[in-house]
Amino acid sequence: MLRVTLRNLLARKLRLLLSAFAIVLGVAFLSGSLIFTDTMGKSFDNIVSGTVSDASVRLTGLDLGGGGFTDAINIDSRSIPASLVPKLADAPGVARADGSVDGQGLFVVKKNGKLLGGTGAPTLSFNFSDAPNANGDKTVRISKGRAPRAGEVALDQKSAKSSGYAIGDTVNMVTAGDQPKVQAKLVGYAEFTGGGLAGASLVFFDTRTAQDLFLGGKDAYTSIGLTAEDGVSQQQVVDAVKPLLPQNAEAITGKKAADEIKSIVNTVLGFLNTFLLIFAAIALVVGTFLIINTFSILVAQRSRELALLRALGASRPQVTRSVLVEAATVGLIGSTLGLGLGFGLAAALRALFANFGLDLTGSPLVFEAETAVISYVVGVLVTMFAAYLPARRAARIAPVAAMRDDIALPEGSIRRRLVVGVVLAILGAGLMTTGLIGEGGSGASQVGLGIFSILMAIALMSPVLAIPVLVAMGRVYRRLFGTVGQLATQNSRRNPRRTAATASALMIGLALVTTMSVLGASINKSIDVGVKKEFTSDYLVSNAIGQPFSPKIAEDIKAVEGVKTVAPTQTASAKIDGDRTNITAGDSRALGEIFDIDYLKGGPALQDGQIALNEDEAESLGAKVGDTVKLGFASGKVPLKVVGIYKSTYVVTNAITPFSTITAGQVQRADSAIAVNAEAGADQAALGKRLEAATKAFPTVTVQNQDDFADAQRSQVDQLLYLIYALLGLAIIIAVLGIVNTLALSVIERTREVGLLRAVGLSRGQLRRMVRLEAIAIAVLGALLGIAAGLLFGIVLQKAVADQGITDLAIPWLRLVIFVLVAGLVGVLAAVLPARRAAKLNVLRAITTE
Amino acid sequence: MTEAPTRTVAARTTGLTKVYGKDDAEVRALDGVSVEIYAGEYTAVMGPSGSGKSTLMHCMAALDNPTNGIVEIGDVELSTLKDKALTELRRDRIGFVFQAFNLVPTLTAEENILLPLSIAGQKPEPGWYDTVIDTVGLRDRLRHRPHEMSGGQQQRVACARALVSRPSIVFADEPTGNLDSTSGAEVLGFLRRSATEFGQTIVMVTHDPIAASYTDRVIFLADGLVVDEMRSPTAESVLEHMTALQTRAMES
Repeated sequence: MLRVTLRNLLARKLRLLLSAFAIVLGVAFLSGSLIFTDTMGKSFDNIVSGTVSDASVRLTGLDLGGGGFTDAINIDSRSIPASLVPKLADAPGVARADGSVDGQGLFVVKKNGKLLGGTGAPTLSFNFSDAPNANGDKTVRISKGRAPRAGEVALDQKSAKSSGYAIGDTVNMVTAGDQPKVQAKLVGYAEFTGGGLAGASLVFFDTRTAQDLFLGGKDAYTSIGLTAEDGVSQQQVVDAVKPLLPQNAEAITGKKAADEIKSIVNTVLGFLNTFLLIFAAIALVVGTFLIINTFSILVAQRSRELALLRALGASRPQVTRSVLVEAATVGLIGSTLGLGLGFGLAAALRALFANFGLDLTGSPLVFEAETAVISYVVGVLVTMFAAYLPARRAARIAPVAAMRDDIALPEGSIRRRLVVGVVLAILGAGLMTTGLIGEGGSGASQVGLGIFSILMAIALMSPVLAIPVLVAMGRVYRRLFGTVGQLATQNSRRNPRRTAATASALMIGLALVTTMSVLGASINKSIDVGVKKEFTSDYLVSNAIGQPFSPKIAEDIKAVEGVKTVAPTQTASAKIDGDRTNITAGDSRALGEIFDIDYLKGGPALQDGQIALNEDEAESLGAKVGDTVKLGFASGKVPLKVVGIYKSTYVVTNAITPFSTITAGQVQRADSAIAVNAEAGADQAALGKRLEAATKAFPTVTVQNQDDFADAQRSQVDQLLYLIYALLGLAIIIAVLGIVNTLALSVIERTREVGLLRAVGLSRGQLRRMVRLEAIAIAVLGALLGIAAGLLFGIVLQKAVADQGITDLAIPWLRLVIFVLVAGLVGVLAAVLPARRAAKLNVLRAITTE
Repeated sequence: MTEAPTRTVAARTTGLTKVYGKDDAEVRALDGVSVEIYAGEYTAVMGPSGSGKSTLMHCMAALDNPTNGIVEIGDVELSTLKDKALTELRRDRIGFVFQAFNLVPTLTAEENILLPLSIAGQKPEPGWYDTVIDTVGLRDRLRHRPHEMSGGQQQRVACARALVSRPSIVFADEPTGNLDSTSGAEVLGFLRRSATEFGQTIVMVTHDPIAASYTDRVIFLADGLVVDEMRSPTAESVLEHMTALQTRAMES
């Protein structure tokens, strides 16, 4: 039996290779994602282990792991007095103590005036010291030149090179502090001894300069690194220094510090991994359809042979097994090739991320045994799972079929498919509903599962759903292409399951693309509407890279000719009643002059110790005007009195409070945005130019009017959308392969018929057109089903998140029409090879084929 | 053997040779066959297996290229034509009836009959179409698909398809090979009438002496050569001839 199986495999190499290709792509994506994230993890591990000291003293309340992607960045203005360093150095078991100034908000301005880094990997600024890491090596070493003294700076060589500076040059930098512009002479190249930077930029000052820049000139540090004496454990050092610490400081072991950082890195990598793996999963699901179809067709074509095997005494399980062994072999080959391709994909991802500033090109790709195991298990199981249904059907072929001329493979009943489909659809709808009501990760995965179930339901029911589409297309075809068109649609309707399964693969990809398009368009429309209605300032000076900037810039802007009102705001991250949220600190009077903030109850928070909440926040807190809420910062809690509740708006976050609240929370004052209104009658365009000129030295900020602002917001949405399109492109490629495969196999199956058509006078061109039209019918069917499903998902999701700012539904009709046209084009491309193959058939041999 | 000089030639082969394979494996399926098919006649091509009768038909019907020699349909020499012209020639001037019916399963009987015409973008002549349908006796079956019809009915559809475009010549390849004797007789009778009543030229490859007895003329092939021919055949005379041929083949 095994020999028969293997013979079969060899006899149908090409067809199986085509279906293996689906597995290759899916597994490549899977293994590529794993390899890439492992590589990232490894290179961060190296950085972490090279930079952590035996033990360290730091400020309390640093909520390292708690921050999400949307949380604002707070610069802590607390510090540890320098006088603590010698005390700690004298503690028993401590060999040395080194104060460290970890500066935030500093960026290098390239020689061409642009910002170095920016949205990619961060810029890390420190005071230069020869403190050792936990391995006993110096944490930082100078690879060229020398260490910086007062007024000097050292950079990592790569950053220096990419910003155009060489040793001896004067480096321009901007900070978020009181000295917004900094210049220093580049005297050396520094690097982490542990190696690797993952694209981050390193900036080193001498301690005094760093304290001036980042700590307001205080003789203090942000943390203190401790080195243990020989034979003293990290924990012993921590225990020894504990009694010496002030109240706002704590000591932790190097191991704990490393673990904390690693857990943040792992969280981020986990997100990235999940994100990539979702697309790998989509690709595999789509691939499953391809494999089911291929095996169904192969089994159908071999039904006489399988019946013969049965007649000769093979049992049903033997027949099933022989098909499954075939599938396992295909899965094994596909997974192996997929793993190989995964390496390439990981390298491509590495290059892509390097482009965004997360540069790992220096570190070799990490290939864990786990990756191989997962890839093979997933690849083989998916293939076998997909082949199981056709395999079982193969076993149901009656032995007597071997004697018959025309063999129809037993088909599952359409009614059962419909019933299962409806059940799945209801289940999916239920999951989506509970998911949308629920929150966070589990909610999102429930929504995902719901969408998946509904897509599967559509795929199951698609042989029925396809009929009206194919009938309509048949009419069009007949009118446009006459008999050839009629033959094409009838071919596509000949085996509705096969056509529908092929189309379903494309349907899934397009459903997701459409969902994202509807959401993207709705977000963009909501932005437009919101911006038009609420963004009433003439200009907005905002951070270009999501990093706060120096409050000095607002003062510069106040002095610009033609400026009437300037309202700087600082978006800070704080906990209200334990939940992290973003708050807006600012001058409510100036804000009120520029924006129409609609107070439903009470009024603006003008005095110290006051806060106004938006209605959603107030509702979720159950807070009323006159209540006290506590705002939690790293340094502790700040109690504030609620004086007003306003209607939710784009221009401010969930809460508005004076700047004094920020200061009370020991967060450094740094602006996130400055709203600017012109004097009455001022030339707006000219003012824009003057504002640009005033902020020219600060590439961290951009000047935008209403249109610029809306454009910038929209382009962010579009970028994400294009990224997702690109990733879903993989699923679509697999679906196209599916169409190629189905058509190629159908042509083989219909060899005799093709011969007949040619014999009675169908020209090669007409034959090619027939195959092409069939391909287009399949592709357009998939597109229409997918778009219908995508519209449903998109609209439901938009309604579900309407209260989270996506208030307006927009359906990108033009784009959807383009999708259908592209699908048609995809059909044409998919038909090229099968059509050529059909046209090449020798007429005589085709007719005489048994 | 009488040859009336008034007969027109509908198709002709001259020194037709077809060689399959190379060197040691070389098979000469046709070894210089020269025959003339006369317009309006129903001709049978007979011979033992491997005599080259099917190859002869395939070459004459523009389905296969001869290794050497000339095939003419009417006044057109096939070797001068490219694929496109050959396709059109098949479409417009040749009709086919195959052993295995070869209907398009997705099309109804009517659509199958009209297929060559609709491929060419032509309409049937109304009178002729009705005549053909009535002659094959399929009027109440026109909306049926092939799988809803018996083998005999399917073959009659195939015959109607071959005739409806009024081809200059119809080639039938063992048209009764897959049929029981009653259905076979129906089909053969129908072909006979087409020749008699409509003057349709028909060439039929067969190994069945009864089938051959329906024709005007039988050409006997053996080992790739025309060995004999017979006019106004009967089943008995054909069978005799075949037996003689086979005996000769065994003796040699």
